[in-house]
Amino acid sequence: MQRTAIAAPQWGRFVAHVGRWTLGAMRALGDIATWRSHLVPQMRRLGVDSIPIALFIAVFTGIVLALLSSYIFTGAIPLYFVGALVGKTIMMELGPVLTGMALAGRVGANIAAELGTMKVTEQVDALETLAYDPRSYLAVPRVLAATIMFPVVTAFAVAVGVVAGWITAVNLLDLSTQEFWKGLRQFYQFKDVWFGLLKSASFGAAIALMGCYKGLTALGGAQGVGAATTRAVVLGCESILVLDAFWALVLL
Amino acid sequence: MIELRSVHKAFGAREILRGLSLEVPEGQNTVIIGYSGTGKSVTLKCIIGLLQPDAGEVEVDGDIVGAMEPDELVALRGKIGYVFQSAALFDSMTVNENIALGLRRRAIAESDLRDRIEESLAVVALGDAGEKYPSELSGGMRKRVGVARAIALKPKYILYDEPTTGLDPVTSAVMDELMVRTRDLGVTGVIVTHDMRSAFTAGDRVAMLYEGQIRQVGPAAELRETDDPVVRQFIEGRPDAPLSLRRAER
Repeated sequence: MQRTAIAAPQWGRFVAHVGRWTLGAMRALGDIATWRSHLVPQMRRLGVDSIPIALFIAVFTGIVLALLSSYIFTGAIPLYFVGALVGKTIMMELGPVLTGMALAGRVGANIAAELGTMKVTEQVDALETLAYDPRSYLAVPRVLAATIMFPVVTAFAVAVGVVAGWITAVNLLDLSTQEFWKGLRQFYQFKDVWFGLLKSASFGAAIALMGCYKGLTALGGAQGVGAATTRAVVLGCESILVLDAFWALVLL
Repeated sequence: MIELRSVHKAFGAREILRGLSLEVPEGQNTVIIGYSGTGKSVTLKCIIGLLQPDAGEVEVDGDIVGAMEPDELVALRGKIGYVFQSAALFDSMTVNENIALGLRRRAIAESDLRDRIEESLAVVALGDAGEKYPSELSGGMRKRVGVARAIALKPKYILYDEPTTGLDPVTSAVMDELMVRTRDLGVTGVIVTHDMRSAFTAGDRVAMLYEGQIRQVGPAAELRETDDPVVRQFIEGRPDAPLSLRRAER
């Protein structure tokens, strides 16, 4: 009982703090003149530079999915269903989620470490004294860049994953190209694509938001930056899982 | 004018400022001296609105800082320059870009930008450092770039946070001279330091912050001759009582 009484005001303060921060971020979004020039460089840094790691993951996901589905289907289901399973799974789930997880580490950690270092070395304070809102200058371009670029990176990953699955099926599973594409096309819906891309946009926003929040609220020195970075990655991964379930519940 | 009235500020259970009151007259350098951790930097951050007092008021040119809307705070910061103890230069930018950042915020025309940057770098005798990155500069040079970044904005006030800490004696003297020259240009300065030579060279008025309040404030010459044992001991840097005993008691 006593613990509940103590916890309630703490939760209240936390919610009020997050609310104030979010309101401030919304105000920062309107300060277009400040963040506009930083958007494209951040899109390149957070998005384009992340493509190699996303493709690396996608290649092996495609290979494993083809082999796994063949193992499950053999003797029970026609093998051309391998194409359907590889396509649907990569487009709707594994493409966005695995890419998101990899980028939670790369992008989330990058943002939190950079902004955290700026915070503890007073560079964020310096921005404020120069009459900039750090959220406009630092957070908004990163969150927007991640939201725009995660679907792009995911689209590349999905394409490469499906191609990897197809090459595996043709070379290792005695499946012809026609059979693989038959399975892929038979169950394909346009929703498979936009569902995955919408999810990845929300993952990008959440990962960048967590990175910015933890970075801009980092305290202390190197230890504080390390803690903020770790927490940003963990929160980013947790956000992906929660959002993944949310979109499945809402849209499927 | 800047005026602090009964300002209180605590971080958790640790009370830093306990009713600090201070007036900063225009056109002079007011130096705040005091032990490390007594709230000197906190005082500066309250003046520019980076920190909000828990109680009391900070007034700048008739406006209460704590009651300002975000737009008003932007306007306030437009007339205050801040020189950080660590210089706080943006390490991903060159010296020129560091100085230009604040000027661009004030919508200075690009044609005037170059002149303002060169002018401010010339004042701190770093005319050839414009294309260098902060990592290529010494500590003293970084602090001077910090000053150049502040004066380029042509502010009404400049707040200096430990401007000579960590510098060699010659570079410290250069910084002192800079602060005097800046005052002579009509800029009001608030200097936080525990470098006594700097305090009495650059300061017109000196205030001693002790146990969260101003212990004594007055013209620099007056403080130098003070009879207050706490202020005397601090100025002379003696390790004996009463300061050391009081600190040990806490």
